[in-house]
Amino acid sequence: MEVVPLRYYGRWITALALGVVLAGLLVSMITNPRFKWDIVAHYLFDDSIIAGLMMTIWLTVAAMGIGIVLGTAVALMRISDNPVLSNIAGGYLWIFRGTPLLVQLIFWYNLSALYPQITIGFPFGPSLGSFDANRYITVYVAALLGLGLNEGAYMSEIVRSGLNAVATGQREAAEALGMSRFRVMARIILPQAMRVIIPPTGNQLIGMLKTTSLVSVIALQELLYSAQLIYTANFQTIPLLIVASAWYLVLTTLLSIGQYFVERHFGRSDRRVAAAPDVAIESGK
Amino acid sequence: MPAPADSRDSLESFAVVARGVEKSFGSHKVLKGVDLRVEYGKVVCILGPSGSGKSTFLRCMNHLERIEAGFLRVGGQLVGYRQHAGKLYEMRHSEVARQRADIGMVFQSFNLFPHMTVLQNIIEAPIGVRGIPKRQAIEEAMTLLAKVGLTAKADAYPRTLSGGQQQRVAIARALAMRPKLMLFDEPTSALDPELVGEVLAVMKGLAAEGMTMVVVTHEMGFARDVGDSVVFMDGGVVVEQGTPSEFFNNPRTERARAFLGKVL
Repeated sequence: MEVVPLRYYGRWITALALGVVLAGLLVSMITNPRFKWDIVAHYLFDDSIIAGLMMTIWLTVAAMGIGIVLGTAVALMRISDNPVLSNIAGGYLWIFRGTPLLVQLIFWYNLSALYPQITIGFPFGPSLGSFDANRYITVYVAALLGLGLNEGAYMSEIVRSGLNAVATGQREAAEALGMSRFRVMARIILPQAMRVIIPPTGNQLIGMLKTTSLVSVIALQELLYSAQLIYTANFQTIPLLIVASAWYLVLTTLLSIGQYFVERHFGRSDRRVAAAPDVAIESGK
Repeated sequence: MPAPADSRDSLESFAVVARGVEKSFGSHKVLKGVDLRVEYGKVVCILGPSGSGKSTFLRCMNHLERIEAGFLRVGGQLVGYRQHAGKLYEMRHSEVARQRADIGMVFQSFNLFPHMTVLQNIIEAPIGVRGIPKRQAIEEAMTLLAKVGLTAKADAYPRTLSGGQQQRVAIARALAMRPKLMLFDEPTSALDPELVGEVLAVMKGLAAEGMTMVVVTHEMGFARDVGDSVVFMDGGVVVEQGTPSEFFNNPRTERARAFLGKVL
């Protein structure tokens, strides 16, 4: 008998309606001279924009690096049996997740107002060295401290949820084999937690890429601030925001593609191989 | 606090000596003074209704649970404690780990490492804990896989195996550490009925080789055929202990009779 597949008229109608709206938008963007696509094209590869782009990439990588290392350490402290470590980790989380990143950035930038001279040593005891905060807490250091410490707080929760997602039987099996605590964590728990940790970390990385634009408030020349410097001089605000956005889009697209491959790598034990007949058992009986 | 040992209990012929072992989870007392002796080379099956404390007791033997009172010696050593100058010192994790390396454990839920292949599962601890060269570890692992009939599955991931195959890998993984004692915690309870036989066959083979085994199980047939002695636990104590024929044919206590009436 002939099979008549269901026809999805609704899909055709919505596609048509949305197609008209999108086409209208696109035409307006191209024909509206105020978008000034020639200026966008002119500044897209401008030296200062490219320098800002590099700074954004560098900040993203460095801040995420700090965040991941710090976050893993804080997560391990948090789940530790040692009550001192666990409470310190909790306090860190409370402060850095509980205040706005923008405030933290401005705070670090102004640290030298609070501590003009920073001394490393023991409370009321001998000092090991001292340095001038104005000289060393530059905008770079302030930006990295702000972004990295804040990210560490969020990453620690992601790592902790990943560690918690590993079945308790895994730890028991590893400990029953006589593995040390370190080995159980490094070889059994963390690799399995990775599958839970990687997807949200990818999101954090993409988020961080855009969050770096916040450091424009402390006048660090990353992508957005570079665009702002140009449009405060020539008043081409919209074209230069389009330039910056285009670069953010390019980078997030690349990161999303990378995320796909990384997730596939860590999920490899999930993919079933074609079941081969179990010859060995039959002959063993 | 566990009581110090007397000389009678440190006899070398016992793989496990337990006296008055107690353990609570919160306010619920699971073990209320368990006594047991397991001789080297023997297979002891622990039977009993669920909630009788038999699995908890087994887990105490490699310190997955910490005992609160009594005395527990495995392989001639106190589990989790060092005796020195009339005092018991709680061991560091690294010392406990060294003790555990000599005790194999097989779990109800297999607990294979899902991110490693069958072969990697088996060689992980021999290489990482014992420091055996990789090549030698792989050779030994392949011999063990042949023994459990899974040579063809060396490079498969655990998820692709049936429950019975996974449990046989878990047994091979435990054996790779060359343990002096094997603990089995309901090894066939999570298996489909038609897969139970293949796991019991491997365990039977081990028993025939003279491996010392403590098996918590609901498989009455295995206890009867393979067990050298049967321990019946109920309500956190050992109620009855004897040879399989004594226990199954002439249970002495009412509780054992009631239990056997239900399961046989």
